[in-house]
Amino acid sequence: MAALGAAPYAPYPLDAPPPHPALPGGGRGPHGAEPLPPQLRRCGGAWGGARAAPAAASAGCGRAWASSGPAAAAELRFAALRRLGAWFSDAEVLAGWSARLQRTRLRTKNAYCGYVQELYGDDVAAAYFAISCCGGGARFEGRDEWLRPDARGRFSPELLQLRDVPVVAIDLRGSAVNYSGLDNLVRLTRLRHLDLGGCRHLDDWALARLHVFGESLRELSVAGCPRVTERGLAALHHLRHLQRLDVSDLPAVPNKGLVRILLEEMLPHCQVVGMDYGDGLEPPPGPPA
Amino acid sequence: MPGGRSRSPPPEQADVVVVGGGVVGWAVAYWLKALEGRPGAMRVLVVERDPTYSRASSVRAVGGIRQQFSLPENIRMSRFSASFLRTVNEHLGVPGEPPVDLQFNPSGYLFLASERGAAALERNVRLQRDEGARVALLSPARLKEKFPWVNVDGVALASYGLEDEGWFDPWALLGAFRRKAASLGVLSCVGEVKSFVMSSNVGLVATGQEQPVSRIRYVNVHAADSREYQPVSCAVVVNAAGAWAGELAQLAEPRLRLPLEPRKRFVYVWHCPDGPGLECPLLVDTSGVYFRRDGIGGNYLGGRSPAEEDEPDTSDLEVDYDFFQEKVWPELARRVPAFAALKVRSAWAGYYDYNAFDRSAVLGAHPGVENLFVAAGFSGRGLQQAPAAGRAVAELVLRGRFQSLDLSRFGPGRLAAGEPLAESAVV
Repeated sequence: MAALGAAPYAPYPLDAPPPHPALPGGGRGPHGAEPLPPQLRRCGGAWGGARAAPAAASAGCGRAWASSGPAAAAELRFAALRRLGAWFSDAEVLAGWSARLQRTRLRTKNAYCGYVQELYGDDVAAAYFAISCCGGGARFEGRDEWLRPDARGRFSPELLQLRDVPVVAIDLRGSAVNYSGLDNLVRLTRLRHLDLGGCRHLDDWALARLHVFGESLRELSVAGCPRVTERGLAALHHLRHLQRLDVSDLPAVPNKGLVRILLEEMLPHCQVVGMDYGDGLEPPPGPPA
Repeated sequence: MPGGRSRSPPPEQADVVVVGGGVVGWAVAYWLKALEGRPGAMRVLVVERDPTYSRASSVRAVGGIRQQFSLPENIRMSRFSASFLRTVNEHLGVPGEPPVDLQFNPSGYLFLASERGAAALERNVRLQRDEGARVALLSPARLKEKFPWVNVDGVALASYGLEDEGWFDPWALLGAFRRKAASLGVLSCVGEVKSFVMSSNVGLVATGQEQPVSRIRYVNVHAADSREYQPVSCAVVVNAAGAWAGELAQLAEPRLRLPLEPRKRFVYVWHCPDGPGLECPLLVDTSGVYFRRDGIGGNYLGGRSPAEEDEPDTSDLEVDYDFFQEKVWPELARRVPAFAALKVRSAWAGYYDYNAFDRSAVLGAHPGVENLFVAAGFSGRGLQQAPAAGRAVAELVLRGRFQSLDLSRFGPGRLAAGEPLAESAVV
């Protein structure tokens, strides 16, 4: 194999390649005559990689997933970095780091609770994930009250006593759960109620994983998930015992009236709430509170 | 975007020249930059002859991704691709640009098998499950219960992918690879590679014998509609020319013909208000006819691979509507009775990057040319395997061997040795 290091770079602009007998003399035409664009903003500079002009870069701000609370602040910070990045490559590096940091945090929050699972079983692990990692709640079979984190975010020790009791309800409203976070839930066999409302990182890929609850799930809410679309909702047809599906406030779903009809056709025994037949005929509602 | 930033002439020197700016070519270029270690360590050039992608297979694909294959390598590649697509913004997100939206439909593939094919289907599903894919086997009764619109006559068994299967927007993936690779410093230019400048030497091969070894010194990039060309001096060439990869390889080594050739395939779009609903998967019938839902407005698209003796002429991309009437529609209406009443809305033709030898990808070093690598022959699976194949070829170029996925069985050596590595689940 060729050693890559054997082709050293000439400093930009490059020297002409050594003349070769196969080349017709001076037959370069438009290619050879035109000098390469000199702008080089970063190492390894690329004329193919010319970046967007500042105007174009800020135009990209309009399309963002999150739009409320701390997310809006983060978005604003990101937009500022982005604008700076048009002139300073340092700011762009910073933006890259910040994105990477956010991804790492998200991954930590959605980590698999393997240790708890080994010690206490699938159900306690799922409840532990919901309470401790997501700040949500869980309900075990035969009990009326929900287990939720206390004021300091800790789970009650009672949880660990419930080793062989199946979890029947999980509430992850407003949490950062995503595709990999569902690793903690997919082994539940008796889950009847799942609330995923307002989960910013829940996408269509994650919805496609809910098929494992096909025999048990009765109620599901994906209300207010900004990244859920009708493509992911289509994957819910596996949940054939579903009785109630909350699909309100889904900003990424177009033609809500039609989607509701299709969902009802797909899940004939299920009550679909939060989408009106007339939706899509009027201006879309504002972002979820 | 098409043709936007790439009107500049090619540079005079590059370390790696990737010939072919389709999804595989850009994936190779992206992974070369992602794995290069030090930023800017390499100059990678992607040469694309048609910036509008008017004949490119990448953008004429149906866009499916599945795990239901018969070769473990294909399953592993698809599993990697699925996880890549799932986290596409971690890989291909560019700071300061909108996030990539692949419009993935997680609706699964549904393969139907007749009495004759049932055993093979079951064997394949067992293999797929061993590899970690989530695939369900359905009996005809269960199939009817799940998808009441299917006519189960002649179906002995069905397999249905539960996760990581479905379809997505090919343009979005191609555009994301291009945007990311360009932001990492990959150069691109418009032009056609019509010749190479070779040098040959006597080299020592593994067996200890001396043998002539040829090397590509320059890639001659011809400008469109002109006799001008620019020689690009390079260390490594990657042949990602898709359906034209065989032709390109022959330019470098005329004595060795790779069986990589274009095959024309038709995709028809039809409207059927009473057709399958939102749950409609990509269904592959026992006859080989396939279809999927397209959006939520009652549109479907599908087609069929013609029999070997009916292969259409590949010189143009004309659509043969009779093929739908005679070969596709009867099978569709038999399998899904609602399709007896449908209206064809449109159709297009595209090229399969077809490996006539065994319909499997060809990945690896060209046997006759020292510094030429081949990434082609995907036979209709190039789009879904591009993330994995791109990484594999980049590893091969940079490290000299496959690291993350062992794809050495896909090497071009099998073509010369006459040992087919056939994938039986071909659509």
